[in-house]
Amino acid sequence: MFERLRRVRPTVLAAALVAAVAALALPASGLGVEGKSDQACQLSVFSWWTGGGEAAGLTRLIAIWNKAHPTCKFKNETVAGGAGSNAKAVLAKRLAAGNPPDSFQGHAGAELRDYIKAGQLEPVDFIYKQAGFGKAMPASLLNQIKYQGKIYSVPVNIHRANVLWYNPKTLKANGIAVPKSWAQWMTALQKAEDAGLIPLAMGEQWTAKHLLETVMIGALGPKGWAALWTPNSQARWSSKAVTNALNRYNTLLGYTNSDAGSLIWQDAGKLVADGKAAFNVMGDWQDGYFSGTKKGGNLALKPGTGYGWAPVPGTDNVYDWLSDSFTLPKGADHRAQAVQWLTFLGSRLAQDTFNPVKGSIPARKDANAKLYGPYLKSALKDWKSDALAGSLTHGVVASNAWNADIDTALGLFLQTKNVGRFQTALVAAAKKNS
Amino acid sequence: MRKIRRWGPGLLLVSPSILLVSVFVYGLIGWNVKVSFSDWRQAQETSGFDTGAYGELFPGDAGQTDDFLRAVGTGDQPDSLSTDPAWIIDLHHALLFTVVFVLGALLMGAFLAFLLDKGVKGEGFFRAVYLFPMAVSFIAAGVVWRWLMNPAPGDRSTGFNLLFDKLGIGFLRNEWYLGLDWGAAALAIPAVWALSGYIMALYLAGFRGVPEELREAARMDGASEWRVYRHVVFPHLRPVTLSALIILGHISIKVFDLIVAIGGKQLITETPAVRMWILIYDARDYAKGAAIATLLLLGISVLVIPYLVYTVRSEREA
Repeated sequence: MFERLRRVRPTVLAAALVAAVAALALPASGLGVEGKSDQACQLSVFSWWTGGGEAAGLTRLIAIWNKAHPTCKFKNETVAGGAGSNAKAVLAKRLAAGNPPDSFQGHAGAELRDYIKAGQLEPVDFIYKQAGFGKAMPASLLNQIKYQGKIYSVPVNIHRANVLWYNPKTLKANGIAVPKSWAQWMTALQKAEDAGLIPLAMGEQWTAKHLLETVMIGALGPKGWAALWTPNSQARWSSKAVTNALNRYNTLLGYTNSDAGSLIWQDAGKLVADGKAAFNVMGDWQDGYFSGTKKGGNLALKPGTGYGWAPVPGTDNVYDWLSDSFTLPKGADHRAQAVQWLTFLGSRLAQDTFNPVKGSIPARKDANAKLYGPYLKSALKDWKSDALAGSLTHGVVASNAWNADIDTALGLFLQTKNVGRFQTALVAAAKKNS
Repeated sequence: MRKIRRWGPGLLLVSPSILLVSVFVYGLIGWNVKVSFSDWRQAQETSGFDTGAYGELFPGDAGQTDDFLRAVGTGDQPDSLSTDPAWIIDLHHALLFTVVFVLGALLMGAFLAFLLDKGVKGEGFFRAVYLFPMAVSFIAAGVVWRWLMNPAPGDRSTGFNLLFDKLGIGFLRNEWYLGLDWGAAALAIPAVWALSGYIMALYLAGFRGVPEELREAARMDGASEWRVYRHVVFPHLRPVTLSALIILGHISIKVFDLIVAIGGKQLITETPAVRMWILIYDARDYAKGAAIATLLLLGISVLVIPYLVYTVRSEREA
C-alpha cells in the first residue's frame, strides 16, 4: 500500500489534493444557494432561548404556530450562551452579511437602536394598529420603546428588575421587618449585620449595576430616572440628586458580601434561600430559580414561606421593567409570514401560553391571572397600576455603547468607592452618548 | 517547460494553503487594521481614515507619557490622563499577569526538569503527570481554579482558603483574583500550572542535549554539582529559554478564555483581549476593538519576529 503510494507522481498527488480542497469547498457554497431558493417556506426565528422556562415556552409557541401554518413551518434558530451575548455576536455577523433571519429577539428599547440606526429594522406600528396592541398594552410602555416616534418590535413578556428578595424565616428569627422606605431598609440591614448575617447578597459586576439602577430609580423617581436618558442629559447627571443617589448606593455596597465578584446571580440568591443573607436585589427571574423544580437545577421553595418579595425600598408603585421582543428585519425572505408571527406574538393566546412557563408576565393588560403562580399574580396586579421605569442593565433606556461606558465607570467605582469620580465618569458617559 | 516540471508540482501542492492563509490570515489582519483606522464606532462606518480609536488608547501628548506608564505600572489613575481608564487597568493586569506567569512557568519548568534530570525513579510517570495539565483546556481549568481560589469568607470557604484553615495556616487566606492589587497575579497561577509541565519538557530535552562528557570533564576538574549546572549545563540552555519565553509571552498577551472562565466580564479581572471582546460585541465599538486587536498583534510580533530572525540566522550558520 505504502509502496504504491510512493510510486504516485508528485504532480498527480498535488492535483488530487487541490481537487480534494475544491470538493470540500463546493458543498458549502452549494448549500448557500439552496437556502436562498428554498421551495418550502420556513419562518426562521432567531433567539437565545435555549434552556429552562424560556425554551419550554418557545416550544409551546412553535407548536401553535406550526398547527396554524402547515405550509410555512417554524425554523428555530437559537444560539446558546452568555445571556444572549453569543447570540448577538452571531446575529451581528448575519446582519452585516445581509442574511437576516425573518425575525430576531432583542431587548425592547434602546438596545435595538444600533440596528435601527443601521437601517436593519422595519417599523412595526402598522401591526400594532391592525391587531389593536395599542389598546391592549400600557401606553407608557409603548412610549418608552418608541424611537423617533416609531415602534420597532413586539414585546412578548415583561420582567421586573426592582424586586427585593428575602427569606421570611430568617427575617422573623432576627426580628427584622420587610422594609418599605430607605430609612427602614438601613435599619433592617444594620440589624442583619449585627445578627451575623450578610445583610445584602450581591453577585458579579452586572448584578452590581442591576442594584445601582434600582437605587437610582428609588432616589430619583421614575420621571427623574427617565430624564437621565433624554438627549443632552449630562447636566442632569451632574445634579445633586444623582450625587445623593450614588451616596446611597455606596452605603448599600458597605452591606454586601466581600466575595460578590465571584458569585453569579443564582449564588447570591441562594445565600438568601439558605438563610445566610437577609436580602438580595434581583430581577423576577429569581422567582423561577426559587420555586422551580430541583430536577431543573432550581431550589423548589414555596413562594411566600420559603422566600418572599417586595419592591426595592423606595420603588413602591414603580415597575422597573425589561422585555424580550421580536423584530421585523429588512430584507428577510418571508416578510409576510414574519408579520403574522409578530401579530401572533402580541396576541393574548401567545402571551398567556409563553409567560406562565417562562416565569414572566405578558406585556398586555388582559392576561388570565389564573394561569400564573403566586409571585406572577402579584406582578400582574402591579403591572396594571405602577408607574413604569425602563431598565438600564437590561437594555431599555441606554444604547449598547452607553451601557458599556457605564460598565467601565461602575467597575472602577467598585474598586475605588470614590463617589465624586464615579459621578464625573457618568457625566462624561452621558455627554458622549446622550 | 522543463522548469515548470521542476517547481510546478510543488507550487501546486502548496497553493491551496498559500491561498487560504493569504485570505484568511493576512487578508483578515489587513482588514482588521483598516477597521482600526476607521470611524466605525457605532452601527455604521461613515467616512474613511480616522485615528480616534487609537487616541483613546494612547496618552494625548508626550507630556502625559510618564503619567501613562506610571499608571500602567501601579494601576492607580491620575486625573490628568485622557486615555480610557479601563484600558490602563487592562494593561496593568496584563503586565502583572505576564511577569508572574512567564517567570513562574519558567522557574517551575526548569526546577521540575532539574529534578527529573537528577534521575528520579519512574521518570516517565512523572513526566506524564506534569505534562497533563497542558492537555486540559483553559476553560475547563478555569472552572476548577475558580472553585479552588474561592474568596468567600467564613464557613462558605472552599478550595485553598479552606485548606489553609484546616492546616492551621489561616493567615494565608486571601481574596485571590478579587484582590485589588494582586488579583491579576492570582489569575496567572492556573496558567503557570497549565504550562509549567510543557516548559519542563523543553528544559528536559535541553538538559539531555548537554553531552555527558562535558559534565564529566567539569567534575574531573573538581567542579561541584551546582557549578556543573551553573557553568556547563545552563549556558547550553539559552536557546531553550528563548523558545520558552516566546511561547509563554505570546500566550500571556493573548490570554482570554482563562480570564473569562474565572472572572467573567468584570473590570477587576479584565485583560486587553477581554476588553477587545467587550468593545466589539457589547459596545459595538468596532474601530476601538480592532485597534486593541492590532496592538495585541504588534505586541506578539515584537516577541516573535526577533525570534524568527534569530532562528533563521542560527540555522544558516549551522
